[in-house]
Amino acid sequence: MSDPATAPDTPHVPPHVPPHVTVTNLRIAARGPDGQDIVIVDDVSFAIPKGEVLALIGESGSGKTTIALSLLGHVRPGAAITGGSITVGDAAIRSLTPAALRDLRGNRIAYVAQSAASAFNPSRTLMDQVVEPALIHDLLPRPAAEAKAVELFRALGLPKPDTIGQRYPHQLSGGQLQRLMAAMALITDPELVILDEPTTALDVTTQIGVLQAFRAVVRDRGTTAVYVSHDLAVVAQMADHIVVLNRGRVRETGRVHQILQSPRDDYTKTLMAAAHPVVEAAQDKPRTAPVPLLQIEGLTAGYGRVDAQGRPAVPVLRDIGLTLHRGEILGVIGESGSGKSTLARVIAGLLPPARGRISLDGAPLAPGLDGRSRDDFRRVQIVFQNADVALNPAHSVGQILKRPLAFYHGLTGAAADARVAELLERIQLPRTLADRPCTDLSGGQKQRVNLARALAAGPDLILCDEVTSALDTVVGAAILDLLADLRRELGIAMVFISHDISTVRAICDDILVLYSGDVVDQGPRAAFGSPPHHPYTDLLIRSVPEMRPGWLPEGLGAPALPPIDPLAGDADLCRFLPRCNVRVAGLCDRIAPPRHDLAAGNAILCHLEEGPLAVAQRAEALV
Amino acid sequence: MSASPASRPHAARNTLLRMIAGRIGAAFLTLILVSLVVFTISDLLPGDAAQEALGQSATPAQVAALRHEMGLDRPAYVRFGSWITGLAGGDAGQSLVANMPVGEIIRERLPNSLLLAALTTLVAVPLALTIGISSAMNRGGRLDRALNVATLSMVALPEFLVATIAVLIFSVKLRWLPSISMLPEQATWGQFFETFAMPVFSLCVVVIAQMARMTRAAVIDQLDRPYVEMALLKGLSPARVVIRHVLPNAVGPIVNAMALSLSYLLGGAIIVETIFNYPGLASLMVNAVTSRDMPLLQACAMIFCAVYLLLMLLADVTAIVANPRLRSA
Repeated sequence: MSDPATAPDTPHVPPHVPPHVTVTNLRIAARGPDGQDIVIVDDVSFAIPKGEVLALIGESGSGKTTIALSLLGHVRPGAAITGGSITVGDAAIRSLTPAALRDLRGNRIAYVAQSAASAFNPSRTLMDQVVEPALIHDLLPRPAAEAKAVELFRALGLPKPDTIGQRYPHQLSGGQLQRLMAAMALITDPELVILDEPTTALDVTTQIGVLQAFRAVVRDRGTTAVYVSHDLAVVAQMADHIVVLNRGRVRETGRVHQILQSPRDDYTKTLMAAAHPVVEAAQDKPRTAPVPLLQIEGLTAGYGRVDAQGRPAVPVLRDIGLTLHRGEILGVIGESGSGKSTLARVIAGLLPPARGRISLDGAPLAPGLDGRSRDDFRRVQIVFQNADVALNPAHSVGQILKRPLAFYHGLTGAAADARVAELLERIQLPRTLADRPCTDLSGGQKQRVNLARALAAGPDLILCDEVTSALDTVVGAAILDLLADLRRELGIAMVFISHDISTVRAICDDILVLYSGDVVDQGPRAAFGSPPHHPYTDLLIRSVPEMRPGWLPEGLGAPALPPIDPLAGDADLCRFLPRCNVRVAGLCDRIAPPRHDLAAGNAILCHLEEGPLAVAQRAEALV
Repeated sequence: MSASPASRPHAARNTLLRMIAGRIGAAFLTLILVSLVVFTISDLLPGDAAQEALGQSATPAQVAALRHEMGLDRPAYVRFGSWITGLAGGDAGQSLVANMPVGEIIRERLPNSLLLAALTTLVAVPLALTIGISSAMNRGGRLDRALNVATLSMVALPEFLVATIAVLIFSVKLRWLPSISMLPEQATWGQFFETFAMPVFSLCVVVIAQMARMTRAAVIDQLDRPYVEMALLKGLSPARVVIRHVLPNAVGPIVNAMALSLSYLLGGAIIVETIFNYPGLASLMVNAVTSRDMPLLQACAMIFCAVYLLLMLLADVTAIVANPRLRSA
């Protein structure tokens, strides 16, 4: 499948021009605990012409990052390159001495890491770190390097380019750090840049600007680039060529158009299908129970001291109201910092609200944990995002599941064993897994066990906090199917928290959009299908990359917003105002927005009426 | 984040100063509490200076008279009050046994102790850092394992054994070094070395191992962070990665471990002081206990406590200065 003679398809490059980067029959192995070699990357070959972008795409464990790092002559501890060749320009990477490799790294070949927040040194200024590659390779004196860095900051659209370098990593946002990391990579004018999932940790709304900035600087400089990602839609915007990887092997290689429009390999087709989750939603049956399962009214919550009006010092959620019926799924969506997880913590009783009422089946639920009965605990279960951290690594799957069985139902011995087997079957895992430590499981299996732990309590309501966000698309799609099954067969209601609007639209009955602690848009799923939306919902929907090249707008940054007066900092004004593209001067910057209903059935927190919103948003869709 | 760029460094410096002032205040409070504890405990010791001075043949009337003369028959709170006010004014009182001001006795001994501690620090800290860092950089390798075995056996050896064996080898067998450490007036560099070689060596054995192991752990904790891989991929050499990137982040735990170990060098030097007959503070304090010379005992205890607090303060401030998040928090 990856025959090196045919795999690199570079039809427009004349045959006498050698590719800039050539990888042939690359093989990378790790030494396993039993002394056996585990092959991580097997017989991988590709070539990149000068100035073009190649994407390595695959799920976790596909070897994409391992391959990308090997271009720098780097392998993670425990692994080794055991075969094949890597050539970048005139350098045969595998035959270089450590000193020669150091000379190449951060100089001719630069790396942009996945999480800039952890890849920057927390205790040194950003300028120190950004100019370091130029200094250690003796390319520029420090003042010249700093001047060049400021120029790059400007080109990457960073705020306050002249002074941002004096700051420390913890003072900036993820999107800004990712741009700074690109500046650090480009400071030496490298011939090859390796971008390792550079936007995966970012919100979709932030991702667009970062992608635009990356694409602009890479194109302007004619840099060859390798873009590692699991997201086909992002890759469609960035790459010229795609290499699809699975379990360390190349499944398909081709130009972007070919792969996206006519994928030949089954695995590629699976990946593309998983990118658009289609979950069988519950049929729209009339709500029989008059009393909702969960009802929240006027809920305000946050951190710090609560003042006389019931406002906490650091408010996170303001005046939230929602209802959820049995067997329904409510999607809660918003970017990081919008208060999604705080809402789950308040419902679970982990954070008592400053004001407001929560009732379960019509009966008020105590604000804090100490006021709740064991049965309250049983009925409301929470499933956390990261199963790696939520499951005790010292326990077996059986132990993890038996604990809630004993705690809530007094089940022990054979009865508990039988129930564990049932639960495992319910989450589609083999019964034999009960005796295995949870550290032996894959990410998707762990998340299933995490879910089974909540099911073991026999809950009425499960709070799912970003349960698919840490998983690969294919694995995540399977978890979504499982959640839909549970709701249909057991009638469990769920609050499904996510930052991904396409996931939420696929699985939820009702959707609630949070922005900076306010519910800005709320209504049935159908209302989120077409405009008009709340302007923020619209931004969220538009920010999800589409799987067609050319979706990402050219240029740098978003179009200019309508001018408004400088904000006086009035707490009651629309919080989305600084980013809103349909704001009205003299109205939005003066008066608090009203909540009103749109025809499709959703209630939005906005001054604009249905008509103007629809006109503006249809016009955008045409651009 | 909300402060404007111009005012930020200034504000950061202010919060830093405020934080350090807070720590100093807390240290003083601790010192006062400790003085109370020291006074109470020394008061609980059976017998007193009058009895010890007169011996067993003295009649109760004689002892009572001497007690009155020494002021020992006043109630405890009065004695504490006069002691603590004197101490605050720089007067540590009168030694009940030597019949001279406590301050003078301490002035004579303290420099000796400080000199020994300083010399040990000068030798031990660079050695411990080198051992800790090189074993962290070679984690799992041969050097790391060898250094691990060495530091572990150093921890396991009691210092009196180390000191005694050193005396046996270098003084008794080889006759290179004196077994008693008395620095002559106007000593030459050679004499200086001869005097301090064995005491410093014995103390180093105790403190290096702890410091080296803590350094290794702190550095390894950082080496696993993604920013270290990033630094390597920028083309930095492993040595530069450790010095420029890892150490600024590891310095907090390292200085704290060092401060703990080094605080041992004053009070804990008692065994070394005894074996080498070195006139330091620790042996002075032990003598004060046996002779029930409370003012002297209390003064020594307060000095040890103050040095300990000072080291902890230095460690805290170093950790705060090295960490931009703590600095601006």
